[in-house]
Amino acid sequence: MGDAYLRLQEQYRKILNQYLENKNEQGLYHAQQFSKKVLENQISPEEVVSLHLSTLEESFPDIPKGAQDSFEFLLEVMIGYGLAYQEHQSLKDRQRELESEIDVAANMQQTFLPSGIPEPEDLDVGVLSVPASKMSGDYYHFVHDENDCLGVAIADIIGKGVPAALCMSMIKYAMDSLPEQRLQPADLLANLNRVVEQNVASNMFITMMYGSYDVRAHTFQYAGAGHEPGFYYSAEADEFEELSAKGIVLGIKRHAEFREYQRVVAPGDFIVLLSDGVTECRTEQGFIEREEITRLIRNHMHLSAQEMVNHVFHELEKLQGFQLRDDFTLMILRREV
Amino acid sequence: MNMEVAHTREEDKDLLKVAGEIDAYTAPELREALVPLTEKEGNLVVVDLENVDYIDSTGLGIFIGALKSAHNYNGDLKIIGLNERVHRLFSITGLDEVIDIGEEREEAK
Repeated sequence: MGDAYLRLQEQYRKILNQYLENKNEQGLYHAQQFSKKVLENQISPEEVVSLHLSTLEESFPDIPKGAQDSFEFLLEVMIGYGLAYQEHQSLKDRQRELESEIDVAANMQQTFLPSGIPEPEDLDVGVLSVPASKMSGDYYHFVHDENDCLGVAIADIIGKGVPAALCMSMIKYAMDSLPEQRLQPADLLANLNRVVEQNVASNMFITMMYGSYDVRAHTFQYAGAGHEPGFYYSAEADEFEELSAKGIVLGIKRHAEFREYQRVVAPGDFIVLLSDGVTECRTEQGFIEREEITRLIRNHMHLSAQEMVNHVFHELEKLQGFQLRDDFTLMILRREV
Repeated sequence: MNMEVAHTREEDKDLLKVAGEIDAYTAPELREALVPLTEKEGNLVVVDLENVDYIDSTGLGIFIGALKSAHNYNGDLKIIGLNERVHRLFSITGLDEVIDIGEEREEAK
């Protein structure tokens, strides 16, 4: 550190004298370069003033006493800046630390999501989940049980960022610890509701849609807890319908009951589940309509389920100027023809 | 995004008029204005959302917290003047079952 300071002092003397001799652009450029170096070496503003004064005294041994004293005065004035600068530095370090901690947490959170997409016979599954910032408040889950039923869950935890992520880990463990034998969607939600109600703050809640796809019978049973409705595409009618399941969000009422719905899925039909980050996509003109989503899906219907969700995401991302405001999760289950 | 909250004490209730957007950024301000009113014993708090065009899930959370708080103090919370978009949100989430959200959007007086 001392060496570095001496070297800087030496350099400052050189460039200052050069400038005083030539007074040209080149000299000012050197000053800018020096300024960067001073920052790199964490030299405080008052040290720069004192550097200037000592160089001045060397080059002009007979500068007026008043001018000399004025630099002492300036030095005092700069001390405040120096302290602010130090604080800024330590905040920057602290921020870097926090960011790397959040990175670790975000990586850990990724491991909560299923690592692969199930590939049951006759069913084409695609899913994409993208957080608006590092941590996500969206959650999805697959269970493929021995009765050839594929359980799918999509959930949105209120809010974003770290609190939502913490809550999501609770949901994951709650779902993992549900009884082995398969629960009907409505019972599963009632069970989860009890866990959430007892474990979250009064202003937190979780919305969820849970469905069970019977791969042999091609029926889809589902129930919802205040979750954004999805869509059902009927190949025969070539139409989209809203797939809604009325029910109160998880975590509000201690004893909540959920209604169960069922659909018979014909070849070529598909089910779209989503989080409100998909439908609450906001452009400069305002919120997009739900029809806009079905239009985008329709444009890519000839592709595989995974390609469909990828394309819809990219187009919605483009519409929003590549700036997601909310976590985005989109899932498609299509019965193959 | 901006939000404004105006509080008036009426004979038998506290009225809170909110304007703007209620999202993760503005929600804390609403909570500060709303929750203390629900902590008065047996108080009725009415929140008028006539000039609110957007609420996100954090905003809903504030109302749920306020409702629970009101019930703890034997009071109640009522929300009026919801526009179609906001109404839909309360209905999808099933919160219309637990919070009194009035009838239709009230006509301007």
